[in-house]
Amino acid sequence: MQGQSDKMVQLLTPEGVRVEHDDFEFTGTTEDLTGFLRDMVMARRFDTEATALQRHGELGLWPPVLGQEASQVGSARALLGHDVVFPTYREHAVAMCLGVPMSQILGLFRGCDAGEWEMLERFRNYQIIIGSQTLHATGYAMGLQYDGMVGNPDPADNAMVVAYHGDGASSQGDVNESYVFAASYNAPVVFFCQNNQYAISEPIALQSRIPLFQRAQGFGFPGIQVDGNDVLAVHATSEWAFNRARNGEGPAFIEAFTYRMGAHTTSDDPSKYRRDAETEEWRGRDPIARLTTYLRNEGAVDDAFLSALDAEAKDYGASIRASIATLTDKTMDEQFRTVYAEESVALEEQRREYADYLATFEENA
Amino acid sequence: MSETLTLAKALNRGLRRALQADPKVLLAGEDIGKLGGVFRITENLQAEFGENRVIDSPLAESGIVGTAVGLAMRGYRPVVEIQFDGFVFPGFDQIVTQVAKLHARTSGRVKMPMVIRIPYGGGVGAIEHHSESPEGYFVHTPGLKVVTCSSPNDAYWMIQQAISSDDPVVFLEPKRRYHAKGQVNFSARPQPMHQAGVLRHGTDLTVLAYGPMVRTCLDAAELAAEEGVSLEVIDLRTLSPIDWVTITASVRRTRRAIVVHEAQRTLGVGAEIAARLHKDLFYVMESPVLRVTGYDTPYPPSKIEDEFLPSVDRIMDAVDASLAY
Ligand SMILES: Cc1ncc(C[n+]2csc(CCOP(=O)(O)OP(=O)(O)O)c2C)c(N)n1
Ligand SMILES: [Mg+2]
Repeated sequence: MQGQSDKMVQLLTPEGVRVEHDDFEFTGTTEDLTGFLRDMVMARRFDTEATALQRHGELGLWPPVLGQEASQVGSARALLGHDVVFPTYREHAVAMCLGVPMSQILGLFRGCDAGEWEMLERFRNYQIIIGSQTLHATGYAMGLQYDGMVGNPDPADNAMVVAYHGDGASSQGDVNESYVFAASYNAPVVFFCQNNQYAISEPIALQSRIPLFQRAQGFGFPGIQVDGNDVLAVHATSEWAFNRARNGEGPAFIEAFTYRMGAHTTSDDPSKYRRDAETEEWRGRDPIARLTTYLRNEGAVDDAFLSALDAEAKDYGASIRASIATLTDKTMDEQFRTVYAEESVALEEQRREYADYLATFEENA
Repeated sequence: MSETLTLAKALNRGLRRALQADPKVLLAGEDIGKLGGVFRITENLQAEFGENRVIDSPLAESGIVGTAVGLAMRGYRPVVEIQFDGFVFPGFDQIVTQVAKLHARTSGRVKMPMVIRIPYGGGVGAIEHHSESPEGYFVHTPGLKVVTCSSPNDAYWMIQQAISSDDPVVFLEPKRRYHAKGQVNFSARPQPMHQAGVLRHGTDLTVLAYGPMVRTCLDAAELAAEEGVSLEVIDLRTLSPIDWVTITASVRRTRRAIVVHEAQRTLGVGAEIAARLHKDLFYVMESPVLRVTGYDTPYPPSKIEDEFLPSVDRIMDAVDASLAY
């Protein structure tokens, strides 16, 4: 596989066999792993529902996370209480792990608002502009540093920031600038790059002639490549990078080597730029299948568990469908009122102009 | 309590006071620390407040603005310096797409109390990209506030007002007036930031200017007075929002208006003012609003910049043209 390094960290093979690694080990319990399985199954269900909702005209657009569940769950489950996430537009499974009300994620793609979920302080707004959030994350991390929230003896006093970005984003100036700033100030930020092999239609080879994780070295911080479909390895490497950052050891880069199983978004047609055989090959590396196999072999889950999980996912799917009805649209009045924090006389004038215009309809009614 | 200071020094004092008043205020930019900035606006501030509050940034404008967004999200009040007007464009995307929109995008959940300081304008004999007037781009962008000072007293107070604003403020500094001296009154209550100032009262025609052109217009008014023409000179001070109350009150009286700015003419601040005055004072005006501006060319090589920039002479021509209607 192009771009896949022989140093790629893997703790669970696609066949569901646990393997050792010299530098990384999964520190969680089997119970944690069944939890991760549940997270991934629920995230996939959410994603399936959202894709269907788009097909039914309920959402304007949907960017599926299908195939990347392990990258997101493994990293999100390594976060601690004060950590902050700066996502792209595809971090649905991260949002779910953090407890963001998922209907509010749908609100953005339905066009109700621009993403105003509860917990914005922990899980920041989705970012459509490729790469911009990496600078915000780095600045925020600098702030954590100024606030004395790194390198404290009690780990509970520490915090760090994760900047999620894609393989395509790695070509953006902002992303490269964020690496420079993070390195120069030794900021507690981890760049978590999901290399899902594509930026819409463009393959990774167009963005980088070397495996992405190798770039980090040139910026002066460690980079590692991890099997992004192996939730154990993602968790282990994330834990390592997050702890380093919290301890004041500075930024790190994780390249989660994964695959976007679905279309880029519901508007995309992957048949134009990639072969079915390739997708099929990646289907054999599915993150949920391999963890299920492993847990089954361990005797940690059985048919009863799995069918209960399936039933739970179905119920969850139904609740997601129903939640669409609870979403409310931002009003034009609010749009006027929220441009500035302080009162704006000039805008207030236009707000009233529009209100007066609306009032003419009421008079005629 | 007052003192005579240059505009540059007044800015330095204003920044210093803001740093003293609020520990959340941070300065960041290229060469602003040890060097004190290429114009020395931040001179000695790093020595006094430390490297974590007066931050030398890597050489990347998008990075400077983008990390300031993150700092603002963390509760800081970053004040970033763009070294010269022509260098703001690498940071333009972050300003227009992120800084300006975050409040609206989150319906007010995220505030962006950031100041972006930009030395701007020409007339200093500089090489290309060092003499530009980019205000129009920012005025056109909802979510930003845009202000510019023309005197040391305004410089001292307006920079502090900008820093205490909960909205992002593009703060334009007239670089060719950095060394102009004036009285700074440290104790008097300052004028509100979003209010224009009537600097000279007159009856025949209102001249509207801001930043570096204010001095030029005051000189023109002096000359006009000798010729028996009474010009009212208004310093706009705030370009977004524009203070329509002060402007229309003046033009309602004088019934004639000229807008003067260094920036290129088409869709500039003058265009907005002309459109607005024609709507509000259509039956009052004796002549159309005239504009004396930079021409719609790139800023020219410095040997010929005086031909590009509005001058007292060109302003006087416009005064004559307006009065001849
Ligand atoms: C600045 C900018 N340019 C172009 C786009 C259009 N666009 C949206 S997603 C995308 C591809 C991003 O690829 P990658 O970073 O690999 O993330 P992925 O979608 O694969 O998760 C492009 C080009 C954009 N949103 N922003
Ligand atoms: Mg990609």
